This record gives sequence, structure tokens and C-alpha cells, in this order.
Amino acid sequence: MNFDKELDARGLACPLPIVKTRKALNELASGQVLKVTATDSGSLADMKAFSEQTGNELLSSTQEGGLYVFYLKRR
Amino acid sequence: MDTKKMAIIATKGTLDWAYPPFILASTAASLGWEVQVFFTFYGLQLLRKDLSGIKISPLANPAMPMPVPMPVLVQALPGMESMATMMMKNKMKSKGVASLEELRNVCIEADVKFIACQMTVDLFEFDKNDFIPQAEFGGAATFLGFAGDTNVCLYI
Repeated sequence: MNFDKELDARGLACPLPIVKTRKALNELASGQVLKVTATDSGSLADMKAFSEQTGNELLSSTQEGGLYVFYLKRR
Repeated sequence: MDTKKMAIIATKGTLDWAYPPFILASTAASLGWEVQVFFTFYGLQLLRKDLSGIKISPLANPAMPMPVPMPVLVQALPGMESMATMMMKNKMKSKGVASLEELRNVCIEADVKFIACQMTVDLFEFDKNDFIPQAEFGGAATFLGFAGDTNVCLYI
């Protein structure tokens, strides 16, 4: 999937992946896509909640070998 | 989407109890919520410029995981509190848990409002200059003025 900005949140624990996702999204224009890579297993549920709360669409949420990858579209 | 609001009363000044208010406040702010935290009694220590005095105590906390079983009498020895604090901070760092300073800074950047309890300041004769400049001073009515209109209201 194409993306405009990438955030490496690997090794970070709650709530840092969400906090840094917020900051990264703020630097994007509406409609642009952010890719987030994380190792926090809680981020799977948290990123979904973040998307629902903020209206930034979660385009994709995948998990592979302890690595979590999210694509979010800036509202 | 209406802006949600959260109000927190932070009353504890130990390392473990310091995390919940800062984690929730920084996360809610990241979600776009309007947040106020009212720091009272021992919680006021969390508004100090220097947070190095915030410690964890293994005493009276049988749920705290210890690397080796430790009798309570040993936990009470001088230096044990500092050692437990150092070990906890090292563990947090290795697991990617943010420091209190980091979370507090996230809150400040996101315009979380910090209210310091004026009564506690007077009671313990604290010097206002020891607190971060973002701290505002007020009392119960100040807190309730905001809390009465919130979606989430917590006492920690």
C-alpha cells in the first residue's frame, strides 16, 4: 500500500505508539496515509480505538511475527 | 464530533501511581479530548520541575514482582526504596515504557491543563517556584467547574 509518511514505533509501550501516531498524523494533510510499525501487542486494539475516536480511517491492520503494521488515512 | 472531556484527580506521589494519570491524560489528549488534571496532596509532587524524587516503595505492596523473594524486614532497610526505584526504572526503560517526564511533556504540548491544589501548597508550605510553570493553582470549585461537564472523571 502507498503511504506518505512512516512512523517506527517498534519497541515502544503504551501509550507511546498512539501518542506518536497522533503527532505524525498532525504533520499530514487530509487524505494522506501514515504507515505505523509497532511491536506493542496492545496497539492492535488501541489503534482501532484511536481510529474510531478520531475519525482517521484505519485502512489496514496486520500482524506478522510480533510485528504490527497499520495504515491510517488522515481525516 | 463533539469534543470529549476528561477530568482526573491525582492524589498519589509514588512512581507506580504517577503513571495512570499521565498515561490517560496524554492518550486522551492524543484522541483530541480536552483534559484537566487536578493534583492534590501527594499527587502534587508530580508537578515538580524535578521528578527524580518520585520513587516506588516495595513496602506494604505484596503484589510488586521482585526478582528474588524478599522479607518485609529487608525491604524496610535503608536504601531499599532507592534500589527498588532504580530497578523499576531500568525495567521500564528496557520495555519501552515512557518516563514520567516524557508523558508529562506530551500532556503539556497537547494543552492538558494542570491544576495544583492551593490548599496542599499552603498545608505543606511548598514553594511555587519548585513547580513547572504550566501549573495553575486552584481549589475544589475550580476542579468541579470543569469536572461537572466531562465524559470521564477519575480519582486516582
